[in-house]
Amino acid sequence: MEIPRHWRLKQQRYALVGEVCPHCDAKIFPPRDVCPECGGEAREAYNFSGKGEVYSFTRMGEGPAGFEEQAPYTVALVKLAEGPVVTAQLTDLGDTKVEIGMPVEMVTRRIRQDGDERGMIVYGYKFRPVMQG
Amino acid sequence: MSGGDMSDIVITGVGQVPVREHWDVSLRQLAARAILAAIHDAGEQKPQALYISNVLGSLLSRQANLGALLTCDCGMGGIEGTTIEAAGASGGAALRTAYLALRSGQVDCAMVVGVEKITDVVGPGVDKAIAETLDTDYEGMLGVTPTAMAALLMQRYMHEYECGHASFADHPLAASIHAVGNPNALYRKALSREEYEKSRPVCDPLNLHDIAAYADGAAALILTRSELVSKDFKSIPVRVSGSAVVTDRLSLHDRPDPLAFNAAGISISQACRQAGILPGDVDILELDDAFSIYPVLSVEAAGYAKRGEGTTWMKATVASGKPALASMGGMKARGNPLAAAGVYQAVEAVLQLRGEAGDCQVKGAKKALIQCLGSASATAAAHVLEITQKS
Ligand SMILES: [Zn+2]
Repeated sequence: MEIPRHWRLKQQRYALVGEVCPHCDAKIFPPRDVCPECGGEAREAYNFSGKGEVYSFTRMGEGPAGFEEQAPYTVALVKLAEGPVVTAQLTDLGDTKVEIGMPVEMVTRRIRQDGDERGMIVYGYKFRPVMQG
Repeated sequence: MSGGDMSDIVITGVGQVPVREHWDVSLRQLAARAILAAIHDAGEQKPQALYISNVLGSLLSRQANLGALLTCDCGMGGIEGTTIEAAGASGGAALRTAYLALRSGQVDCAMVVGVEKITDVVGPGVDKAIAETLDTDYEGMLGVTPTAMAALLMQRYMHEYECGHASFADHPLAASIHAVGNPNALYRKALSREEYEKSRPVCDPLNLHDIAAYADGAAALILTRSELVSKDFKSIPVRVSGSAVVTDRLSLHDRPDPLAFNAAGISISQACRQAGILPGDVDILELDDAFSIYPVLSVEAAGYAKRGEGTTWMKATVASGKPALASMGGMKARGNPLAAAGVYQAVEAVLQLRGEAGDCQVKGAKKALIQCLGSASATAAAHVLEITQKS
């Protein structure tokens, strides 16, 4: 059980809240209070749109502890429309063949469950294919 | 002895235990066996400081403060002893720490021991522990592992350079062939190209034979300054002529170009510049092959090959044997005892340079470059080792 950790991360997990740099306007995710582009202090919150495209992906045949029951699942590097890349699971794939460059959007899903059936259920961002049409 | 002199740092003793699933041997026993072997190899030279590389002790064996545990266990109670951790680069980072301690003049004889006890836990718990070498909040907690990271890199590489899975075969095949002659290796069976290509898919596009198996191991080194080597020393000191540790952003998602293994490249150029050599001058090149994509990206970053041509370079270099790659099996076939892997690399290079590598001997080897990586080149440690003339 890591309740303080999950509480601390809920803005990022539920709403993809990052930061924007007041010096160079870089959009930052994950937030870290220091701009990775210019090194300046950056604490202003920024809401990402949740739109992006697949930079790379893999289908994991087995998961580490906490993820055994979800396996197999697909993990991707998603390049967000605002610039940063985020690591996340892909979901709602159905018969979609995942490809590099595929447009995706953020949704909130169950990420994992801590420990046994009484363990805490953690929700957070995953990405799904953008509906065409 | 005052600091600031530029005497040579030399390795005078090496020890290792076979990389295995040592179900009946504990972390402390593994370390002790390697430590005692190195002390014996060095002519019963005893260290004043012990630098331990270990990642998983707290997570899998529930044992921290290895400095106190291992020094006292091995009859060296009271000396300085601390753990150095940098994921898969821990072994190189501990060697670097010993190098700096000797250079400073504060320590006259240092020991490095890399130890990893994987099999105290079985199953998905091991993968979870090893995933703590990633960014836990933004990678590990989402179900991502280092294996998945390597797969993401390989997928992107195959997309950018339009190559297939088969083009990554050469390093793992060479490693498997070389391990046949290494009694300390985990797997001593030469793989065929067909076995490589048809092995079980694990984490698309990674197959079983793109991944070095994690296993238990311990390896140790004794180091001193050249002027302190006894006149009666029977073996050949091996000089550490270049030493570098470099870091990069921990997560792939934070790097502008994830296929550029910058830390791997910079650490090799720094170590070679210090040694006064070019990367191409070495007889032995021991890269981090925890995953088959890693050595390809490393040789591109270090300038051995242009971007996108690492697999072609690998094929030609395996054929020419100059430099010799994974000369005693690499992580792929010797096995990957995470924090100990970088120390095994140093032990093996010393044996090669002394001419004591048995069936694995690279004839006339005089210079070796060894590199280990923490995660996907988030930390990179590189060392140049050279044979000295016996005084
Ligand atoms: Zn900035």
